[in-house]
Amino acid sequence: MEALEIARWQFGITTVYHFLMVPLTIGLGLLVAVMQTMWHRSGKEHYLRMTKFWGKLFLINFIMGVATGLVQEFQFGMAWSEYSRFVGDVFGAPLAMEALLAFFVESTFLGLWIFGWGRLPRLVHLLCLWAAVLASVFSAYFILVANSWMQHPVGVEMVDGRPVMVDAWAVFTNNTALVAFPHTVFGALAVAGAFLLGISWYHLHKRRHDGLDTVGAHGTVIVGDAGGARDAVDHRVWLVSARAGAIVAMIAFAGTGITGDLQGKLMFDQQPMKMAAAEAACHDGTGFSILSVGNLGAQSCDDITAVIEVPGVLSFLANGDFTTEVKGVNTLLPEYQEKYGTTLPDDPMYGERAGTEIDYLPVMEVTYWGFRIMIGFGAIAAGAAALALWVLRKGTVPESRWLMRLAVFGILAPFGANSAGWIFTEMGRQPFVVAPNPDPSGIDSVFMFTAAAVSPGVSLGELVASLVALTSVYAVLLVVEVKLLFSYVRGGTASAMPELAQAGSDSGHGGDGGSGVSGARHGGKDDGDVLAFAY
Amino acid sequence: MTEALPTLWFVLIAVLWAGYLFLEGFDLGVGMLMKLMARNDTQRRVLLNTVGPVWDGNEVWLVTAVGATFAAFPHWYASLLSALYLPFLLVLLGLIFRAVAFEWRGKRDSDAWRDRWDWAIAVGSFIAAAGIGAALALTTTGLPLDVNGNRVGGAFAWATMPALLGAVAVVLFCLVHAAAFVALKTEGSIRSQADRLFRRLLPVAMIPFLGWALLVQVGSGTVVTWFVVVLAVVAFIASYRAATVGRDGRAFAGLGVGMLALIGSIFGAAFPVVLPSTLDPAFDLTVQNASSSPYTLGLMSLVACFGLPLVLAYQAWTYWVFRRRVSEASIPAAHAVTAL
Repeated sequence: MEALEIARWQFGITTVYHFLMVPLTIGLGLLVAVMQTMWHRSGKEHYLRMTKFWGKLFLINFIMGVATGLVQEFQFGMAWSEYSRFVGDVFGAPLAMEALLAFFVESTFLGLWIFGWGRLPRLVHLLCLWAAVLASVFSAYFILVANSWMQHPVGVEMVDGRPVMVDAWAVFTNNTALVAFPHTVFGALAVAGAFLLGISWYHLHKRRHDGLDTVGAHGTVIVGDAGGARDAVDHRVWLVSARAGAIVAMIAFAGTGITGDLQGKLMFDQQPMKMAAAEAACHDGTGFSILSVGNLGAQSCDDITAVIEVPGVLSFLANGDFTTEVKGVNTLLPEYQEKYGTTLPDDPMYGERAGTEIDYLPVMEVTYWGFRIMIGFGAIAAGAAALALWVLRKGTVPESRWLMRLAVFGILAPFGANSAGWIFTEMGRQPFVVAPNPDPSGIDSVFMFTAAAVSPGVSLGELVASLVALTSVYAVLLVVEVKLLFSYVRGGTASAMPELAQAGSDSGHGGDGGSGVSGARHGGKDDGDVLAFAY
Repeated sequence: MTEALPTLWFVLIAVLWAGYLFLEGFDLGVGMLMKLMARNDTQRRVLLNTVGPVWDGNEVWLVTAVGATFAAFPHWYASLLSALYLPFLLVLLGLIFRAVAFEWRGKRDSDAWRDRWDWAIAVGSFIAAAGIGAALALTTTGLPLDVNGNRVGGAFAWATMPALLGAVAVVLFCLVHAAAFVALKTEGSIRSQADRLFRRLLPVAMIPFLGWALLVQVGSGTVVTWFVVVLAVVAFIASYRAATVGRDGRAFAGLGVGMLALIGSIFGAAFPVVLPSTLDPAFDLTVQNASSSPYTLGLMSLVACFGLPLVLAYQAWTYWVFRRRVSEASIPAAHAVTAL
């Protein structure tokens, strides 16, 4: 393989990996902040336990998002120096703002939250969490502004062959970014919703399996109480979490659907080839393919047949009506070739690639299936959440072990949808790293081929070394993270609140109580010198 | 006004690097002391908790310095990071291991588990300090760059004496800075250990840093920057004297101010070159030919005017909230996470 391919694999792997952690950070962070707010307002013990337990899982994952995010900040310059020089005037600004306005707030106030239990006044402590969580949402906005400029370059003029920012307002209110931002936040909430639901289901199931909770005459739950961490409040923790997770998952899916539809309509204008490739739509038409067979990998329209097609739906996705013809690959290819050339320019920046033919068709296997996996996994998760909410109406889950496993596995579905969506939108932009927009509102002359973006001075050996090092380190850390999450999940609320386990062994109190537990924890000065929430 | 913007951003980026070295300097050093100074697990946890609430915020100074370089000087960002591909890869791996180790170390009650992450913290901190030191030394002394700003001479063209000097300078600074910080932030036996270490290290530890500053002064120093180097030496002497009379705060501040002065003298002398080419001075990247457009710099200036004071304010507040000294008695017992 050549340096360019290695660099692309590296960017893809590190970015998709980073975006396994990020949606959980954003989504779960928001939910934990809501839980702590509920505890602050109501003083109810189960909200405190929810905050502590989900907060612990949040932190185990958060740090991986931070650690892998570092790579993102550096790798544009390291592996993509020509790209950095070309776009720096407009692309660097949102990145720098993300660090200055979002990352500082996020990391500083999260530190205050972690170590501030019992030391800060309760309201201040709660506000610290909100500051950190909202900053992480804000950081998503900045990075999506940067990414959206690569999809839909706006607010610039070309000076000496490079885009120069002339209208910051246009860059920061890029319509592509304004719809990608809510789409991403809803995607993050979908992840968090499934996470809450799956893990809470496991615990509700475990309580039933251990004979703690039983089911009465009308199928209604009879809550058991074994004291300590497995008292009646514990049941409330999981039931409230499960229901909240299911509701969040459903709302999130609706949100991604609505914003995704808006995105699709923009994309048909801005990057018609990406959408044609997403549909494997070779010819102009109105039908949406449910299933296309043939050899997508051959990258040739002769080999593809749409087996099941719904007439009109593609037009609706693109234009909001059922009749307008949408351009297919066969129409678009000559248009792209005419506008952007058939071969790479004879410029030293393209190295040995100069003069080679440009393939304007993205990898159709990836775009076609990426698009469908995104929607499919999202829909499966939302459907399962709706079903789960109905099953939970009597206050517990069935004894079925298979259902429990399904709920836990279901956590993966929205992760898959998020990854598939990103892979689709980034690979669908190829062969461009900055995509030209043929529509009249776009700036047609601003584009960059991915082949021109890689660092000319960096050797193949360096790229291979970093690909191998980062991939293997990431793989090891993923295993460790998942193992840690599993052990904390298995330990239940006591894993985040060891005092519960102690309380269980010496008193076995339960019910609404717990004031003794939380009192000792948050009485402030009673703790003397001991750090409440230390490393 | 617009002509001054690249200069303003050069100053701001120097400030961000100085802030990074001052703040993360001690937490990188504390990371190394986990294996070099602490005698038992409780002491290691005391060390960790001195920086526990703040290390992540300190690290954002690095992210911001790099991000601001991208925004304000894209050519500097692109040339430096691609030329130092392997050193930055090592820095990233070091920082990744260190970050997860901080958070995960106490999440399982096992000595082997903790020991593994302690090594990750110590080695990760060491590599990060050395790599950042080498990179900063090279951006002020030069790299073999061609006319397009691309490195020539292969993957190890950066492995030079100035790189080694910078690496040693920053590693030693982090260690001595951490010793001063731990003496200031702890109580009991660990405090006196740190105090002793500080007094033993300080007379020699800043010599490489001083050497780096002098190297740049000899090349392009001015009267002002030479004077600032002298100020730094005065600050180090004052710091040492403060430590001998048990004034932890002054010792820490004196060392920090001295380091800031050295960084000021280095960037001041290097100005207006941001990244010299050792092949031909005509290929040098300067504040003028490496910078973004005045429009972008103006926009970023507005954001920095608003953002940077705010960052300083709330980070200062964090240090105030956690101003109490940590002692071995502050450390709660480790608890095991067991399945229900």
